[in-house]
Amino acid sequence: MEVLRIENLKKSFGAIKVADAVNLSIAKGEAVGIIGPNGAGKTSLFNLISGNLAPDAGKIYLLGKDVTAMGAEMRCRAGIGRTYQIPQPFSGMTVFENCLVAATSGAGKSERASYDNCAEVLREMHLLAKANVLAGSLTLLERKALEVARALCSEPRVLLLDEIAGGLTTAEASELVETLRGVHTRGVAIVWIEHIVHALVAVVNRLVVIDFGAKVMEGDPAEVMASAEVKRIYMGMEAHDAA
Amino acid sequence: MKAFLDSILSGVLLGSLYGLFASGLSLVFGVMRLVNVAHGDFIVLAAFLALAFLHITGIASPFLMLVILIPLMFVLGYLLQRGVLNPALGPDILRPVLITFGLSVIVQNGLQQAFSADSQKLQGGRIETASIPLPDGLAIGTFPLLTLVVAVALIGLLQWILYRTKLGRALRATSDDLSTAGLMGVNTPHLFGIAAGLAMVTVAVAGVFTGIRASFDASAGPAWLIFAFEAVIIGGLGSLWGTLAGGIILGIAQAIGAYLSPAWQMLAGHVVFLIALMFFPRGLFPRRSE
Repeated sequence: MEVLRIENLKKSFGAIKVADAVNLSIAKGEAVGIIGPNGAGKTSLFNLISGNLAPDAGKIYLLGKDVTAMGAEMRCRAGIGRTYQIPQPFSGMTVFENCLVAATSGAGKSERASYDNCAEVLREMHLLAKANVLAGSLTLLERKALEVARALCSEPRVLLLDEIAGGLTTAEASELVETLRGVHTRGVAIVWIEHIVHALVAVVNRLVVIDFGAKVMEGDPAEVMASAEVKRIYMGMEAHDAA
Repeated sequence: MKAFLDSILSGVLLGSLYGLFASGLSLVFGVMRLVNVAHGDFIVLAAFLALAFLHITGIASPFLMLVILIPLMFVLGYLLQRGVLNPALGPDILRPVLITFGLSVIVQNGLQQAFSADSQKLQGGRIETASIPLPDGLAIGTFPLLTLVVAVALIGLLQWILYRTKLGRALRATSDDLSTAGLMGVNTPHLFGIAAGLAMVTVAVAGVFTGIRASFDASAGPAWLIFAFEAVIIGGLGSLWGTLAGGIILGIAQAIGAYLSPAWQMLAGHVVFLIALMFFPRGLFPRRSE
């Protein structure tokens, strides 16, 4: 079953195209990685999907329903969860309260009905011991874990992860990868932007390459990484040189 | 010494009225980062509305008017926020300030048109002159004491809403990070309306209590706004208990000023405010975060 479909999505800032007729389809339970050089339009694509940016043209469908005209909060309630590259916790609130807000506003539950699920998500993200700590006092790894936990508490059908492993040590990144594997097995579809490609490849089953706002290629992660096109984009090699 | 203690005591009680003034201002600033210049005028509006309802209903007690005023002011606050202020909110903080300035002019002139420029007062009845005797010949006015109790109860209620309910957590999340709160499914325009409505509830209560305590006219709002601002800034932005404490500090300062010389009452309050601003620019009880 298709969870998310993006059709011919376009967005420009002046002459700069951040989304150039992007088409993408994510199936239920699928994990898709998005790679591309800096400024390729990856985060802009997330902003378009989550509703922070309005597209110039194109459609976004969630579970077959057109959500293009919806604002960010409606899309969250419809089932799109996202994390930020730079974690943005509600720093004056506790970790548990951060999750409660997502559960009550995003998933539309009462506080009492959300307690168990919030605690379960925090346990899964290894944050349960910090539940009553102010989110502003967390370490970077913990903040990143809270980003994911909070997004999960809104009970998304598709989770957009924006460079969740960036800035972490190798050990921390692999700990996060293990946790995300767990999330993936819950049946939540994942779309993940990441520069740390080995972390990405450990979880995703499809890789999409974006450059200058356009989808350049997609397919099996190993094949994509080995392709001449990716080498050209990342290392500036011409395709025939690499070949 | 007795006269001095008496001054302090009346300062505390007067300060609780300032805290009542300021709690709505503090709430709105805390949640929306919106400075409402018309806050004082809305308090005057509430007092005049109470007066009008007293005439219409023929009921003698202005306290009973709160039954009508509280829901009415809540709805007014919600509609004003959603219809007039929400569209102006954004990175430019000057726009909403200018709009509330315009509202202030409209309310003042509207009140003058409807109720003339004459001074008015709400008649509180026997409670106004009643007092409770204390040891050493001191006495405490029943009505000022009631004001303190109501201020504490109202701020306690707001604090409970903010920290113990689903609505309150969503309000705090929005105050913390507006766009992230939206991404978590928080309906921020509606929430802002609710916050403005709650602020107007405090305005309704403040209007009735101020109207009983002192006389008021259509142009009294800006003077009351100054006290509210000073209470908020002394207490610390966005902290409700801090705001009450700020109000009480202001009240004590004014009372001590008045004790030294009647001419110094207002001046002493403003001086304490300036000192607080110089040495504690974030207020005495800033909201805990980070």
